[in-house]
Amino acid sequence: MEEVLVDWSRAQFALTAIYHFLFVPLTLGLGFIVAIMETIYVKTNDLRWKKITRFWMTLFAINFAIGVATGIIMEFEFGTNWANYSWFVGDIFGAPLAIEGILAFFLESTFFAVMFFGWDKVSKSFHLLSTWLVAIGSNLSALWILVANGWMQYPVGMVFNPDTARNEMSNFWDVILSPVAISKFLHTIGSGYVIAALFVIGISSYLLLKGKDLWMAKKSMIIGATFGLITSFFLILSGDESAYQVAQTQPVKLAAMEGMYEGSSQAGIVALGVLNPNKTLDNNEPTYLFDIEIPYILSLLGHHDVDAYVAGLNDLVWGNSEQNIMSASEKIEKGKIAVDAFKEYKTAMSNKDIEGASVAKNLLDEHIGYFGYGYLDKPEDIVPPIGLTFYSFHIMVALGMWFTILFAIVLFLATKKEISKYTLILKSAIASIPLGFVAAEAGWIVAEVGRQPWAIQDLMPVGVAVTNISSTNVMITFWLFAILFTALLIAEIKIMTKQISLGFEGSK
Amino acid sequence: MFEVLTFLQLQQYWWIIISLLGGLFVFMMFVQGGQTLLSSLSTNEVEKTMLVNSIGRKWELGFTTLVLFGGALFAAFPLFYSTSFGGAYWVWMAILFCFIIQAVSYEYRTKPNNFLGQKTYELFLNINGSLGVFLLGAAISTFFSGSEFFIDERNFTFWQNDLRGLEALLNPSNYLLGFALVFLAKILGALYFINNIDHEAIRNRAINSIKLNMLLFLAFFLTFLAWILTKDGFAISKDGVIYMQQYKYLLNFIEMPIVLAMFGIGVVMVIVAVFMTIIFKKSCCIKTGGVGVVLTVMALLLNVGFNNTAYYPSTYDLQSSLTIMNSSGSVYTLTVMAYVSLMVPFVLAYIVYAWYQMDKIKITKEEIEANSTHNY
Repeated sequence: MEEVLVDWSRAQFALTAIYHFLFVPLTLGLGFIVAIMETIYVKTNDLRWKKITRFWMTLFAINFAIGVATGIIMEFEFGTNWANYSWFVGDIFGAPLAIEGILAFFLESTFFAVMFFGWDKVSKSFHLLSTWLVAIGSNLSALWILVANGWMQYPVGMVFNPDTARNEMSNFWDVILSPVAISKFLHTIGSGYVIAALFVIGISSYLLLKGKDLWMAKKSMIIGATFGLITSFFLILSGDESAYQVAQTQPVKLAAMEGMYEGSSQAGIVALGVLNPNKTLDNNEPTYLFDIEIPYILSLLGHHDVDAYVAGLNDLVWGNSEQNIMSASEKIEKGKIAVDAFKEYKTAMSNKDIEGASVAKNLLDEHIGYFGYGYLDKPEDIVPPIGLTFYSFHIMVALGMWFTILFAIVLFLATKKEISKYTLILKSAIASIPLGFVAAEAGWIVAEVGRQPWAIQDLMPVGVAVTNISSTNVMITFWLFAILFTALLIAEIKIMTKQISLGFEGSK
Repeated sequence: MFEVLTFLQLQQYWWIIISLLGGLFVFMMFVQGGQTLLSSLSTNEVEKTMLVNSIGRKWELGFTTLVLFGGALFAAFPLFYSTSFGGAYWVWMAILFCFIIQAVSYEYRTKPNNFLGQKTYELFLNINGSLGVFLLGAAISTFFSGSEFFIDERNFTFWQNDLRGLEALLNPSNYLLGFALVFLAKILGALYFINNIDHEAIRNRAINSIKLNMLLFLAFFLTFLAWILTKDGFAISKDGVIYMQQYKYLLNFIEMPIVLAMFGIGVVMVIVAVFMTIIFKKSCCIKTGGVGVVLTVMALLLNVGFNNTAYYPSTYDLQSSLTIMNSSGSVYTLTVMAYVSLMVPFVLAYIVYAWYQMDKIKITKEEIEANSTHNY
């Protein structure tokens, strides 16, 4: 495929995913926060809690609508822009998407209507149940799409069928219980909970600073900070598990996350650093212009052993026989054998040469794990953009630490002190709302940019996965999406800020 | 349980599910049809708001049905997913854009400071209800007229027309189903308003709109029917070769009497629903008409998929045409998904329950004006 087509297709997928991921995390967390608030209302029968619930519910709806709008393209884009991918792994990848529709989307969409329009039409308990079901539905949706994404990062539970020229599912449970998928799901929903909590404490801080609806703002803040603090710890634990899974299954990504060219035992993690822009795989320039390293931590996180060897990019590209690491060129060689064996199998079958087909099939089976490498040109192709992956990872981690501290301070002040007097903290909470989204997008970039060039790890590079179409078509749709989604984002922000300024008493 | 089924039976089972989802999606197009009637059925803002809130409480179900339709096709017939969506790029992109703009329009329409203005969001709803529905109809019509693509030995698709799907609009026959769907959606929208809104003037205007739209629907639908029943169809021989067969779709109906009966009953139910609404002023006919639409659409999709028929034919290379046999998922995946499909009745049950709970109290002018609840 022409490179420009691959680049536009990647750009379009990145654009639509980044927009979609601005709205999804807030939905994941705010759904539960609203459900908790409504539960308090139903238990206390205090109408002020009903007002609190409805205020946050209104903001939830504004965000939910644009999340739906940007979400539909994500599903169909696999077909429109990654058609070869859709066939090659559709037998496995399609299933979680369909299950997401059956088990999650209908739950959300059915009870969303009850949640918003049912206040005077259904009983209190049925309404409360509906609110919880919307929250559960949106999180179930995340489960299935992240099972699908986890499978792309670590393909399991399938066999390659040369007759149909695709991978076919052989074990459903391996796919959905894949440790990569589970850790990805937990870490992603955790980030959504933290973002929602930041959103709640940030807006509550704004209302406190404005002196508006003080009681309700403070109660919201306590709920938000408690939810945020608990889920921050959950986020740290799931992040630890994610790092471990990356080290086990995607060592190149881990090396890029740390900007690590040379592997080592007792490897440290860079707490703060600036990459040397002149550093490449084939020179001896220093990796960092400046860095502060915490020793042992990378070995510990990645392998749960401070003495473990963590592979660097040079090991993974050029190989390291001491550490038993195969070079990328050897993998490419094996990959080309697999691709050629596949072609020979097809030719033999069409010529009804059963013996030839059997020989080719055996060769293919032997090398199928390297199939995707057969489409790469040179060993360096396995390396993702290092700078983007490195900085995104470090920004995400640093912000995650800050959020945990912020939640703890806010919770303490809101429960033990008169928080309205601590304007610096309130302003920090407001400023942290956009930082939450920055952290989430950074995490997404680590996960997706860090696994390039693969559409499916080791099996299919993006250059093969893309639809056969002229790049002009994709370029036009890229700009159409950019214009439309930007317009909708502006609309969302304007509506949202207006509703926030109206406060608990005035929001529509 | 599903393990005892043969591969072909599993493929057929999944085509029935796809057909059912297609039928349900067309039924849910009452939302789209209603969106195109907002101006003609209202004389002031309150009435328009009543209309918007009536269908606005159901739009997500239709949207979700579309998403599930796509997901189920991906899981059960991945070669269709990769061939059609990647090949007919512009048609599907245009349809998706029509649905993207729908998703925000209800929530943002009357919100203060909404950037694009109320009229723009209402225009979005109109575009979704007219262009979106028309394009879907035209895209489905290519199941009968064919498309230009070639599939290589890796099952990678090469679309042969630079218009990437828009060439379907160069074939006038594809307009028939497109327009038929647009007018059917309007009829369903009006039937839903009559059922869901307690307002005499709106009801009378809705009845009048049904009269006109029924005539237009019948004109396009009957012509579409005449076209498919008299044209050559894409048949599969015993040894798997695709060939053109005279009156294929007519023969399919004759050779599959159950499908023909579904089709006949479905059409009659739609006509009865319209008749009862117009003559006897009944307000519950969306149910009769809805079941009729589901049966009719199911029958059409079963006709084009069953009885050795290529449901997504290629006019460029007949042997690249898609059949339910050569485009499906593996036995294992179809079996797993068949178990998942057992959840569908449960899902339908809670949808019906929640729907009943919400719709047992009709929308009134007083409710909308009181503004005590979340309104669009």
